[in-house]
Amino acid sequence: MVEMENLGLASVGIVAIISIFMGAVLAIQMAFNIDTPLIPSYTIGYVTRQSVELEFAPTIISLILAGKVGSRIASEIGTMRVTEQIDALEIMGINPATYLILPKIVASMIINPFLIAMSMILAVGGGWLAGIFTGLFPSAEYIYGIQSFFHMYDLFYAMVKTIVFAFLIASISAYSGFYTKGGALEVGEASTNGVVYSSIAIIFMNLILTQLLLA
Amino acid sequence: MIEGKNISKSFGDRLVVENISVTMEKGITNLIIGQSGMGKTVLLKCLVGLLEADHGQVFYDGRAFSKMSFNEMKEIRQEIGMLFQGGALFDSLTVEQNVMFPITMFTKQTPEQKLDRANFCLSRVNLENVNKMYPSELSGGMKKRVAIARAISMNPRYLFCDEPNSGLDPQTAHLIDELIKEITIEYNMTTVVVTHDMNSVLEIGEKIYFLYHGKLWWEGDKNNILHTDNPELQAFVFTSELTKRLKPVKGVRG
Repeated sequence: MVEMENLGLASVGIVAIISIFMGAVLAIQMAFNIDTPLIPSYTIGYVTRQSVELEFAPTIISLILAGKVGSRIASEIGTMRVTEQIDALEIMGINPATYLILPKIVASMIINPFLIAMSMILAVGGGWLAGIFTGLFPSAEYIYGIQSFFHMYDLFYAMVKTIVFAFLIASISAYSGFYTKGGALEVGEASTNGVVYSSIAIIFMNLILTQLLLA
Repeated sequence: MIEGKNISKSFGDRLVVENISVTMEKGITNLIIGQSGMGKTVLLKCLVGLLEADHGQVFYDGRAFSKMSFNEMKEIRQEIGMLFQGGALFDSLTVEQNVMFPITMFTKQTPEQKLDRANFCLSRVNLENVNKMYPSELSGGMKKRVAIARAISMNPRYLFCDEPNSGLDPQTAHLIDELIKEITIEYNMTTVVVTHDMNSVLEIGEKIYFLYHGKLWWEGDKNNILHTDNPELQAFVFTSELTKRLKPVKGVRG
């Protein structure tokens, strides 16, 4: 529970802000690009929802979380390593990997789907607000668009990606922190490595999962 | 009693500990001394199992520690208390929670029993009214004392201390030394202390191993260390002005 609070609830704010603006920008860009009367304006809502659901929420938000949560995990465990707290656990007969890393992986895999689901709702809501404030597309059309052609499988695909990405973020960052050697400088390096490697892993896994689940 | 037999440890091409055999006696403070970088901490970590020796074996009261499975090792580790150089207290836990941590992990005591034990251990190291404080709010000496309280919370049979006096003023360092000596006798523990502090050597060095470039160079106790003829040990012992004044006059044994 503590890990879920640290890794999940603490990220609600940043995820919410990014999601609302991401959805708003997406809807406005869509409205500007659809300048023909042949394409109905509800397409804006539909495309915004699809983009958010399939890619923006699970992948982009996971990349943001790789930066926020990944650096936290790597620096926390790295600091514990260089201050001998991990050695202290080992001396007591406690497996430090099980005690420190496993709860973080499990917590991330449980809490991240909720964060991503929240991100999807807020991003679609952000698009709707953009329409209201800019007047670029009618609210009713947008709402009709976000309700159209909904496939449950898309949501399943997004959640599978989210859970896999959560595992990658927590495990890679924790690994990076766990094997830190040295002092403060190396903790910083471990934190950076955790973010960089987990981001790269997310991008590669995104391609593989998309090929596996959608192709 | 802890025995280390023919222990060697290298990192890459660098041989840090070379074929060292030591016997750490029960009920006394056993010291491993030497200059920085001579392999003291590496030897300690090999004895305690934090590092795996390349060669040699470690026995805890006759039990071959090096050949044990993880679960067997776990049992022995619950009999070990260790005081790390920086204290190694868990930052996210209060003083009280730090001391209760091993009890929580390995016993089924009630919260009241755990708290009683934590309070007893904290009072044993002369710490009061710090239960709810975090390690970051404590001084260096207090951190060391909390670490000692945590180390003795499970009534350990073996106590390891890695430079317990580093970074402490002479008075606090003396208090820590006294505390280590007292609890060693009180709990009849096998205590191993790594230090390069000559005050500690003269105060608590009931058995002393001097390492020089990864080799066991000399062994003795606090009574005969000042009379050594070993030039490397003499250079180590009589470095400070204070110890130079203790240097015995040739031919006179004090």
